Amino acid sequence: MGSRASTLLREEEIEEIKKETGFSHSQITRLYSRFTSLDKGENGTLSREDFQRIPELAINPLGDRIINAFFPEGEDQVNFRGFMRTLAHFRPIEDNEKNKDPTASEPLNSRTNKLLFAFRLYDLDRDDKISRDELLQVLRMMVGLNMFVSQVLRMMVGLNMFVSQVLRMMVGVNISDEQLGSIADRTIQEADQNGDNSISFNEFIKVLEKVDVEQKMSIRFLH
Amino acid sequence: MSGLWHGKILMLMVVLTVSRHSLAFQARNANPSNQPGTNASTGNGTENTITTLPIVTWKWHHTEGPYLVALWVLVSWICKLEIETHQTRQHSSSLQLSNFVFQLNPALTNVFPESGLLICIGWVLGGIIYGADKVQTFRLQPFTFFYYLLPPIVLDAGYSMPNKQFMGNLGAILVHAVIGTVWNAASLGLGLWGCWLGGAMGHLNTGLLQLLLFGSLIAAVDPVAVIAVFEEVHVNEVLYIIVFGESLLNDGVTVVLFNVFDAFVSLGGPAINAVEIIKGIISFFVVAFGGSLVGIAFGILISLLTRLTKKTPTIEPGFIFVFGYLSYLTAEFLSLSAILSCTFCGVFCQKYVNTNMSEKSVNTVRTTMKVFANGSETVIFVFLGISAIDPSIWVWNTGFILLTLLFIFVFRFMGVFVLTWILNQYRLVPLGLIEQLVMGYGGLRGAVAYGLVFLLDENKYKEKNLMISTTLLVVYFTVMLQGITMKPLVNWLKVKRATTDEAMLAEKIMNRTFDHMLVAIEDISGQIGHNYLWDKWHNFEEKWLFRILMNPTARKSRDYIFNIFHQLNLKDAMSYVQEGERRGSLAFVRNDSKADVDFNKQFDTDFTDMPDIMGPDHIPVPFVLRDSVPSVSLNMHEQDQKMRESEDFNAHHLLQQHLYKGRKQRHTYSRKQPVVNRDEDEVQEIFQRTMRSRLESFKSAKMGVAQPKKITKHSKKDQTEKMSNGKPADDSKIHSYGDEDFEFSEGDSAGDAAGGSFPMAAYKGGAGIVNPAYMAEMDSNEPMPPMPQIPPWLAEAGEDSSNVAPSQRAQLRLPWTPTNLRRLAPLRLSTHSNDSFLLADSPATQEGTEPQPPLPLQDGRGRGTHM
Repeated sequence: MGSRASTLLREEEIEEIKKETGFSHSQITRLYSRFTSLDKGENGTLSREDFQRIPELAINPLGDRIINAFFPEGEDQVNFRGFMRTLAHFRPIEDNEKNKDPTASEPLNSRTNKLLFAFRLYDLDRDDKISRDELLQVLRMMVGLNMFVSQVLRMMVGLNMFVSQVLRMMVGVNISDEQLGSIADRTIQEADQNGDNSISFNEFIKVLEKVDVEQKMSIRFLH
Repeated sequence: MSGLWHGKILMLMVVLTVSRHSLAFQARNANPSNQPGTNASTGNGTENTITTLPIVTWKWHHTEGPYLVALWVLVSWICKLEIETHQTRQHSSSLQLSNFVFQLNPALTNVFPESGLLICIGWVLGGIIYGADKVQTFRLQPFTFFYYLLPPIVLDAGYSMPNKQFMGNLGAILVHAVIGTVWNAASLGLGLWGCWLGGAMGHLNTGLLQLLLFGSLIAAVDPVAVIAVFEEVHVNEVLYIIVFGESLLNDGVTVVLFNVFDAFVSLGGPAINAVEIIKGIISFFVVAFGGSLVGIAFGILISLLTRLTKKTPTIEPGFIFVFGYLSYLTAEFLSLSAILSCTFCGVFCQKYVNTNMSEKSVNTVRTTMKVFANGSETVIFVFLGISAIDPSIWVWNTGFILLTLLFIFVFRFMGVFVLTWILNQYRLVPLGLIEQLVMGYGGLRGAVAYGLVFLLDENKYKEKNLMISTTLLVVYFTVMLQGITMKPLVNWLKVKRATTDEAMLAEKIMNRTFDHMLVAIEDISGQIGHNYLWDKWHNFEEKWLFRILMNPTARKSRDYIFNIFHQLNLKDAMSYVQEGERRGSLAFVRNDSKADVDFNKQFDTDFTDMPDIMGPDHIPVPFVLRDSVPSVSLNMHEQDQKMRESEDFNAHHLLQQHLYKGRKQRHTYSRKQPVVNRDEDEVQEIFQRTMRSRLESFKSAKMGVAQPKKITKHSKKDQTEKMSNGKPADDSKIHSYGDEDFEFSEGDSAGDAAGGSFPMAAYKGGAGIVNPAYMAEMDSNEPMPPMPQIPPWLAEAGEDSSNVAPSQRAQLRLPWTPTNLRRLAPLRLSTHSNDSFLLADSPATQEGTEPQPPLPLQDGRGRGTHM
């Protein structure tokens, strides 16, 4: 399959992608064969469904969000260039890239761009702010299966369960919605500097100042 | 404070006086070893000549040996206490709370590492003894060191090793420990030999082999010294584990090298030919791997044995120590590497043993292990100091000593740089220059070298005393000088520190997000992840090792939910008690009003914000909560600052426990607590949630606005079905439930604005919110059919659904299996949703008696996929 893929990809195209993303030639061809194997419609683009077919993504709590990150706003398809552009965010920063001349545009895998990528995962409405609700949504995706108190209550009412018995179990075992809420509040409090009860991108950068984003948002792409 | 000081000084003096007496006796005995047996005979001799029955007799000789040992341990510990109380950070035992943290006197101990101070105290004590006896009566005997002092340290190091981190960096550790040590030994030996030939050190009766032997004994970085210094410095985990792991493993290597060269020296230069050298190399590997295997074998034995000790919790902890020690001794008598054996025994058994034993025993083991390890460490350092005050061992040779110091320093750096450069070609996160500098600088030599050098045979090695004094100087130089300068250096170089428990919630959440992202990207780009082998191992472990080595109940209680439940309750109880003690009594626990004022308030606001949902059930809620919850859920908002802290702690803790872990967990590790793997549960949960949310967005995309209605119907229908199986349901209430159902919008996948301050906006489908009705239904169903990897929605949406393109990882190993589900299903039933209560009793009968009629497509989609 690899040979077929490389024949389909034009040399000049590879060059352009190389320049834009910094991937090596062999990485690009390898990823192109991956791209074509994902592309069930064989029309040179990937749709959301194509991504959703990857079984592991279904067990990734942020899977769908990450899939979304591949698609430019309002579009349903992503071509190979776009695919590579997104993946490029996760390329490790190499030493020779650090002291590249500052006039050139920032590479996709710079710290800021990595952070922006993460920020966009949260910022659904693209207003450049993470609101409490947006944060809460992601939190809910990431915490263990939970039973929200109101749901419990409703169920109890429906089933004539012993109220106290159920509650003790539910609330005790699982993180409750209310606790999540207070976690979200605290998180925003930590980050919020201008008091608008949401996290702007600058505040986001500030909060993660000490985190080794360069390392934590990089994977080794195979050659 | 000064009173404390004086008290301790006094005590020290008393102890010293006592031991002074003993010294006199011992000197007269002319038997410097601490063997009680030999002393006992003299005691018996005096006893035989009595003429009348003595009421009390002076039986010092009976007790002399053990008494001295006990006294020395006491002296060392008092020294340690003296240092530790001044220490800003109490790190020796994880169980001790922050009491000591506040008694600080940072002036001294912030500059000096503890090990250095202990050596200084050793000097002072040695000076006193020497002043009194005019001869150094005490020194560290190699036998004592290798058989009594070293094993506890090694066992503790292995037992509390952060496994994940250790295995993750095993390559780097091994390269440094094996190749690095060989390089150090060879380069030092050859370098010294060259200088010796060149005449740089005057007349010395030595030779190439002897110098190589000296190089090999002093090549190893010492775990005791490294732990002592690096734990205070708090460098980042990767750096720490590499230096620490290296120091632990290379002790094994250095002992092997030592033995090989010792044998070579005995053989004599001419007798050594290619065959002997090859034999030496083979023996090196046999000894190293054999030792590790013996350790693992003993690890298995411990694990098996602790399966059976449920009834005898009092001897449970003893097994760990006895077996650990036995693994050391066994390897020793098989002439395999005892240190490696003991290390691997600890590393291997920790996980199984910890789950097999009762909580109490685990704590006991942990504490005792620390006590022993710390005790040995202290004694070793004090004796390293004492041994120095003995003119008979000091031989000065400027050339030899200075050159050794120089070579050790320079070659260590060269080795580290070259090896790291090679390793960096294969590492995701290359080790930076700064880290390499610290690694090189962290090459502290210590007691192992000292113990080995004392083992040398004076007849064979004419320059033994020179080697001893050089070794001592090297130890002092590295431990004191490098130890002292390590902290400033680390500060100055701005080495990445250990992230001390992600100070902020935001960081913690983001770190987890990063993990998930990386895994997803790896999957999308279709490559086998970094930790692929780790995953494989996990599977194997899951399948075989747990079954064999853990007792069944422990295996169950290892389960994620039980665990969290247990942990949470423990922590809650702890913070309750702490809070109560802070206030002087535990009365507040009983006094509801304070504890859950805020709790109620929060719920009230929550519920008033959603009147349409709560309806008439609104009133009883706070009641219920007040009755049942406070004992479990701690959510006291106190203005009190301390309470604030504990709340913080709670929030962190909750997140820690509940956030889904990325498959790799690359960045989380805890030295104290083994990380519990709970992948399979999570995988199931996440999978179901994802499917549900995709289903919702798919539906809403297809059917548009009418969507919420449909879902309402669906869930209501389920509910009624359940009802009929379980308890009869109150009709009216079901209806009220059905009508008020939430709205699903495709907030997630379509990138909609979340919008709105309405608290229940949470129930937008895309966010993966769980409807209990669905949950119960899915869980109570039979496990998925054996082809679950075809995402269910594909069965309808895609034409070529069987043609999924799984990534490499998936092709090799499917992330879930039906058996897992089957095993997990009942558990989740009983904890997550209450309708499952009804079902849990008779899931089989339900399946059997109620053949589900084929449902209309829209309604059946969710269900059909899981049947």
